[in-house]
Amino acid sequence: MSDLTHLTISEARAKLRGKEITAAEITEAYLAAIDRANPVLNAYVTVTADKARDMAKASDARLATGEGGALEGIPLGIKDLFATEGIHTQACSHVLDGFKPHYESTVTSNLWADGAVMLGKLNMDEFAMGSSNETSYYGPVINPWRRSRVDTVVMPTTHQGDGGFVPAGGTKTARTLDNAQLVPGGSSGGSASSVAAFLCAGATATDTGGSIRQPAALTGTVGIKPTYGRCSRWGIVAFASSLDQAGPIARDVRDAAILLKSMASVDPKDTTSVDRPVPDYEAAIGKPIKGMKVGIPKEYRVDGMPEDIESLWQKGIAWLKDAGAEIVDISLPHTKYALPAYYIVAPAEASSNLARYDGVRYGLRVPGKDIVDMYEKTRAAGFGREVKRRIMIGTYVLSAGYYDAYYLQAQKVRTLIKRDFENVFAAGVDVILTPATPSAAFGIADEDMASDPVKMYLNDIFTVTVNMAGLPGISVPAGLDGKGLPLGLQLIGRPFDEETLFQTANVIEQAAGRFQPEKWW
Amino acid sequence: MSVDLQTVKRVAHLARIAVSEEDAERMTGELNAILGFVEQLNEVDVSGVEPMTSVTPMEMKKRQDAVTDGNKAADIVANAPATEENFFLVPKVVE
Repeated sequence: MSDLTHLTISEARAKLRGKEITAAEITEAYLAAIDRANPVLNAYVTVTADKARDMAKASDARLATGEGGALEGIPLGIKDLFATEGIHTQACSHVLDGFKPHYESTVTSNLWADGAVMLGKLNMDEFAMGSSNETSYYGPVINPWRRSRVDTVVMPTTHQGDGGFVPAGGTKTARTLDNAQLVPGGSSGGSASSVAAFLCAGATATDTGGSIRQPAALTGTVGIKPTYGRCSRWGIVAFASSLDQAGPIARDVRDAAILLKSMASVDPKDTTSVDRPVPDYEAAIGKPIKGMKVGIPKEYRVDGMPEDIESLWQKGIAWLKDAGAEIVDISLPHTKYALPAYYIVAPAEASSNLARYDGVRYGLRVPGKDIVDMYEKTRAAGFGREVKRRIMIGTYVLSAGYYDAYYLQAQKVRTLIKRDFENVFAAGVDVILTPATPSAAFGIADEDMASDPVKMYLNDIFTVTVNMAGLPGISVPAGLDGKGLPLGLQLIGRPFDEETLFQTANVIEQAAGRFQPEKWW
Repeated sequence: MSVDLQTVKRVAHLARIAVSEEDAERMTGELNAILGFVEQLNEVDVSGVEPMTSVTPMEMKKRQDAVTDGNKAADIVANAPATEENFFLVPKVVE
């Protein structure tokens, strides 16, 4: 049974349609895997076993009559940021204690309409604010990947006169897994961890500054943040509305294309949903990239970047060149200002969006001596440290006298960041190749990160530019570092040209191969 | 620019978050670290640059001026901590 969880979505889809397996069987296999692994990995905050079984049964009935949808019978995990009717939806915050919405987000409605099965809600950083999944009210998620040590074992030696010792039986290598628990990245840490550990066939995620691509890179999975406006934000708990986008995390590029096709739609309920048809992303996979112009931005070569990441980037360049792409050096001069501008724009929007958690309409309420005291006590008890920090920064930069110096300046810099990309695309570049993250997965409760919030923010240095410019970006696993941890490459495309990203990411995937963690959990 | 303890307390009150003396002191350091980091934006020459208002050039969508939803007061108050007859209950606001 357990090998059913190792099928990709495209493999499971073929077997379900071919009646080799049933939706009930694959759903039971995932529920059993979650039962065993979740106490260790903490990827799910709620498992909806009964609902999953009901949905699988209905899928089997539709499959039997040949009426199955695009995702019929495929078991998925849903990030806790998506409103799911009657089911735990708390953005992994204490302030939304007990919240069960009476409506369903557009993205999840689209998935259920296509026949997908919901396994449960996935852990995440509180309100999607974090890069390690350690800010969740429900505790950290554990990465299924662990560092490993490769020992070269020298076989017994024999003495050979004054020539010294020489190996008699040669050498052999042995890989030993380290015990240290690593973070899966964030904010979509539960999504990434559950996909990598075979606890769902694919997962929904969201990305405001890198929250899909960074955890995907740290867990050896594929994650795409589509163009702003491609997926409806309706029913997704808002963090920074001008940057938030939903997208999938999946085991391979094809699965990511299948999921995005279902998640994306034109939605009258979201005024920023863009009115253009959703293409068949899967059809882009396998198309040759001969003659495609790939830009390599020099500003993404940052000080202190590990050698492993630089060499991975070079490998990526070589793979695309081998496939017939033309490699061109490009410059995106405002790159270094994207992260500081983000840490003004995102907290400003968050301070406004999170004003609604006041103990009146939903969630937690802590009584106070008057209404203001009630608000202040509720929010003090309900929000975690990182969320409070960002609300405070946002409130400060929007406050009287500081608006021009901070917020307006940041929005002007944002225009320049977007212009950098527009210039490059106007010069004929089809896609940009960069590393996805500045490092591999780091330890839980890393002291450096905990002592300085800015250090944690630097995780998003390569991903955040894409949100600031509203562009699509995909993270695709490209190799392992010296300690056996996965690393990803990022491809950035023109607005609404997700097809080129899938097409190019597939070339990298074919060259790099796929990666899965050694099971210890 | 940097913030002092008094400013942090004022901002916390604006944000409606109760802070203890100890919280406020810790936050002062954290906020100053972040403000120090964003300071580099001042290096950028933004003369003649329009602030971004929308990443995708598009016209604001307008809805048809018609009633398409409603009559679900019970749904709306269903998650509230305190309600009575489909009203939200709050501590007394007017003496």
